[in-house]
Formats: sequence, C-alpha cells, structure tokens
Amino acid sequence: MTEPLIAVQHLAITFPNNHVFKDLNFDIPTGDFLTVIGENGVGKTTLIRALLGLLKPTAGAINYYPNKKAIKIGYVPQFRNLDQEYPLTIEDFVGLNLKGWRPWLSKAEHRQVMTALAVTNLKKIRQRPLGMASGGEKQRAYLAQAIVQQPQLLILDESTASLDNEMKYELLDLVQNLNQTSQITVLFVTHDLPLAKKYGKHYLALRPGQQEYGRVADMSVEQLKEASDALNV
Amino acid sequence: MLSMFSLAFMRNAYFAGTFIAIICGTIGVFVIARNLSFLTHTLSEIGFAGAAFGIFMGWTALSGMLIFTVVSSVIVGQMSVKQSRREASISAISALFIGLGILFLSLSKQTSSYATSILFGSVIGIANTDVLRVAVLSAIVLVVMLALYRPLKFDSFDAIGARVSGLWTTAISVVFLVLVAMSVSVAAQIVGSLLIFILLTLPAAAARYFVHTVSKMIFLAIGFALIGVWLGLYLSYVTNLPVSFFIAAIECLFYFGALGYQRLHVGS
Repeated sequence: MTEPLIAVQHLAITFPNNHVFKDLNFDIPTGDFLTVIGENGVGKTTLIRALLGLLKPTAGAINYYPNKKAIKIGYVPQFRNLDQEYPLTIEDFVGLNLKGWRPWLSKAEHRQVMTALAVTNLKKIRQRPLGMASGGEKQRAYLAQAIVQQPQLLILDESTASLDNEMKYELLDLVQNLNQTSQITVLFVTHDLPLAKKYGKHYLALRPGQQEYGRVADMSVEQLKEASDALNV
Repeated sequence: MLSMFSLAFMRNAYFAGTFIAIICGTIGVFVIARNLSFLTHTLSEIGFAGAAFGIFMGWTALSGMLIFTVVSSVIVGQMSVKQSRREASISAISALFIGLGILFLSLSKQTSSYATSILFGSVIGIANTDVLRVAVLSAIVLVVMLALYRPLKFDSFDAIGARVSGLWTTAISVVFLVLVAMSVSVAAQIVGSLLIFILLTLPAAAARYFVHTVSKMIFLAIGFALIGVWLGLYLSYVTNLPVSFFIAAIECLFYFGALGYQRLHVGS
C-alpha cells in the first residue's frame, strides 16, 4: 500500500444552516490521480479550500505526511479574470508564484520557470502577453504557474470546464505525464465523467450527505450510472 | 536653459520632481494592476483636506496630508472591498473631504492663493527642507516596495493565484495603500493635490501597452513620469504657466499615444 500524502479523517465542515460535510473520510496516496466528482453545491470547492488550509474544519482532521509545511500544493483554479488586455508575458506570469524576497529571479529560479514552460509546451510562446493567448494556452500557463514551485500535490478545480474537447485532453495528457514522470500527486475536480474515467486512478464521488471512494478501474457500470445521475449528465 | 539651474527653487523643484517621478512610476504600475486609479483620485482630494488641516493646525501642509491620506487610505480600502459599493463610498468620501478642505482653509484664514497652490502645486514654494522631506519619504516608499516586491507583484497581477498560494493578501493591501498615501502626499508638492493621480496612473497605464514584464513596466513608467516632470518644469519656467498643466498635457500625450500604438499593433 502506498503511503498517504494526505489523510482526511471524519471531516465535518459546517456553515450557518448548512452542513457541507458531516463525516468525510479518504486518503490521497502519494502519486495518486484522484478525481473528485459531484454535482454543483455538493462541496467540492469547500473541500479544496480545506485542503489548501484556507478553511478550518468544524470537526475531524486533515493530516499531511510528513507534515503540512513539507507539502507544497500547486492549484489551478476554475476562474481567473484575465482579459485580453492582461499585460504580463506568459513567462512573467508563471514566475509570479516563486516566493522570495529578492526582486529579481536567481538563475536557479529562472531554470524552474523554463522547466515549467517546457513541460507545458509554452516555451516557444513564453514572450507572448497572456491576454493574447488562446483559452488552452491560458490554462496551460495556469498549470505552469501551479507547478513552478515543484509541488507534491497538484489540485485542478474544474480547470477543463471552459475548454473544448481537444484542449481538455491535451491539458490532461500533460497532467498525466507530470503524474507519471514527476510523481506529482493530482487531485482533479470535474463534472466530466469520461475524463474522470480516462485519467483517474481513484475517485471520490460526493453526494449530499454521503460519499463514495474507490478505484476508478473497479468502478462498475451501475456506479458509473449512479455518478452520472448525480451529475445530471 | 542652464540659467534655470542657477535659481535655487528650480534646482529644488528638479530634485523633488525626480524623486516624485521615480516613486509615482513605480507605485503606479501596481495602482493600475490593482484597479485603484479611482482611489488615487479620492486620495488627492483627501490630501487637499489634510494640507488645509495641517495649515490650520500650524503644521506643514505635508504633515497634514500624510496623516489624512494614510489614515483614510486604510479606511477607504476596507470600505471599498466590495465592488458593488466601491463607487458610491468613494464619491461620498471625496465630497466630505473636499468640504473639509474648504472648511479648514477658511478657518485658518489663509488667502485663496494658498488654496490654489495646494490644489495645483507650485514650484516656487519648494525649499531645501521640502526636498529633504520628499527624498526621505521617497526612500522609505522604495525600500518597502523592494522588500515587498514579489508578494505585491503576485497579488497585484494574479490576485486569485496569490490568495490560494497562501500569501497574506490583506496585509499586502493595507501596506500598499499606505505606500500610495505617502506617494500622494509627496507628489502633491509639485503637481498639486488635484492632479496627483496623473503621475500615479497615466505613466504606468501607458507603459503596459509597450512592455510586458513588471520590471520593464516600472522602468518605462518612471521614464514617462520623469520626462513629464522635467519637461513640464522647463516649459513652466520659460512660459511662466502652471507646471501641473504641462505635466498633465505631456502624460496625456504618452497615454493617448500608447492607446494609438496598441490599436495599430493589435490591428496589424
């Protein structure tokens, strides 16, 4: 059994008049590709915010191994308000996520940016203003920014939702490649069951008041149908 | 032209103007990225009230401005978090502070020419001690900016990314607003409180159409601001017309030129 990177135990998150989770349990093993599926409003983004440490659990625990500080998390959000006039080049945008106090990037940091651009196939167009990039190129730039710090865990929050089919597979092929070659653990939130089935190793299906966790390969036709019904697809 | 520098007040104006252009160009890049142009306009008016208050209290105009702009920038920043109420709250605060400015001027029994110099700036009034004050404040702003450069850049150009990466974005916002307030107070020495926002917005807004990295934008914005201030001071000297008019006109030229360049560039 692979060591867990994160273990979620008896997690409960409650807002006034709304129990998002009551008793959520699952592990994210190191090197996993976990797809989280569920209809709108079931708490997928709340779960991510809790994993990122932006939201305190009402009860239960999220345990990080070896500890929270040791785990870098890269996050690709669903929405970003970057319009056509957004001025930064793709390269400058990717470098934003490098922490430090020196105003300029060191050689090593510059290499990190170049590596992130190379694995997301953006090296050739790195000098292009991000505002002028296509939807698929923008998503790849967001992915490059998320992985520039070489995270152990990469979270994609409906990151393929605004893309056409070809671009979706292109982006997820890149993510799968990162998962397999760099051992980056992936948590992919999606509505798209074919994508969840194609790329996921494990799945977590969230429904109001209940959860289901298992291996994607073991997902039966009935389970798939249930998941589809829950997603209204 | 060299005879201009034999006059102490012109030398002082050039020294102070250079510091002002450098901090306005630098801060302006982040003001534009954070969509705070409107706020700098409000801070200008608050600065006017602060200057009048300083005079009323028997302090320097700069001290009154600093107190008013720093305190109110934090308050306005907190009030303006919600986009829906931003415009209304900023308008209300502007109106209140212009009124206060007029009240304090009236109470301090200063002549209307004094009000004019606060509102529109004056190069004649810049003494050696003013240059020193401007230099010290500019240095503080620049040092804090450099120390905060990466987190400020991340939060300004990708607020969502910065928040989820765990940056302390609220603290960055507050510190940045204080830096803007200090820049407003410093810049008012030359361009006057009514036109401060010109140096804080137009050079940076023009720069982003020509270059596409934050560092290059800062350098170009400083360049545009320096040209505006230096040329404006010179033209004011030779024509005896207000310097703020020339600075405003030059910066508008840069901005509209940049828009034209963008249109040609995108169209091609």
